[in-house]
Amino acid sequence: MTGADVLLLALGTVAVGAGLLVVTTRHLVRAGLHLVVCLGAVAGMYLVLTAELVAWVQVLIYVGAVVVLLLFAVMLTRAPIGASDDLDRPGWPAVLVGGGAGLGLSALLVDAFRWTRVELPAAGTAERLGEQVFRSWVLPFEVLSVLLLAALVGAVVLARPEIGRRAGPEREGRR
Amino acid sequence: MRPVIPYVTAALLFGLGAYGVLRRRNAVLVLMAVELMLNAVNLILVTADTTVRAQLPHAGQVFALFVIVLAAAEVGVGLAIVLQLYRLRADVAVDEVPLTDEPVPALVGAETGAGRAGGTGAVPEPDAPEGDR
Repeated sequence: MTGADVLLLALGTVAVGAGLLVVTTRHLVRAGLHLVVCLGAVAGMYLVLTAELVAWVQVLIYVGAVVVLLLFAVMLTRAPIGASDDLDRPGWPAVLVGGGAGLGLSALLVDAFRWTRVELPAAGTAERLGEQVFRSWVLPFEVLSVLLLAALVGAVVLARPEIGRRAGPEREGRR
Repeated sequence: MRPVIPYVTAALLFGLGAYGVLRRRNAVLVLMAVELMLNAVNLILVTADTTVRAQLPHAGQVFALFVIVLAAAEVGVGLAIVLQLYRLRADVAVDEVPLTDEPVPALVGAETGAGRAGGTGAVPEPDAPEGDR
């Protein structure tokens, strides 16, 4: 095992362990904090896999923005101090599907890549990735910017408080 | 570098995410589990980028960037929906959303708003008994 293998194994263990805590913990806020650990470990794996730009984008967008948004939503909906008992549904189908997907995919990938060894390629710096994005992938990039704008407008429209109120008078008018 | 380690990590993360989506009742926790699955896909893409020699260099990493942007858009719209649901029902349990009923304003702010709307229409409100139902 090389140094990269050891690093990947350690970071992967951290990521899977934190992910397990995210889906099993009974504290809402702690689930978000475990998610930070999990996403940070995945960002470390990206760094070991020479994907520099993706790692920093992961830290910026996921750990910086998405988790903060999720924690905001936890606080805005219901933020009990301590454990809550009503977070889970009875879990046999979930165990079957989740365990089946995880272990089945693991078996498949282990079977395919068990003895494979590769040399790490040149690092995916911002310069190289930028060349690719703005040469080969310009059209998806632009479509994605339109999608982001649409999602932004949609979120603003959905979050307006008048939507729930408007239902009242309309319903009275129909009767 | 053995690519099997990140591949298996990604597979396990995906399984955990699928388990969380099916197991959790709280809508915010369901969104967290979806984020786990999206991260597993990103890890697969980045690992495949180092493993497989594609015709375009770094295509996997570019795809991972695109998936991160999609995840940001998804979580924004998803949280807006969750907050609207909480405003209407005062609860975010995904298995107790009655899709056939009409929404009842459940919070204090929404109720005062409904009171104002009913006051301008000069119609007595039928909302309160429906809320008990």
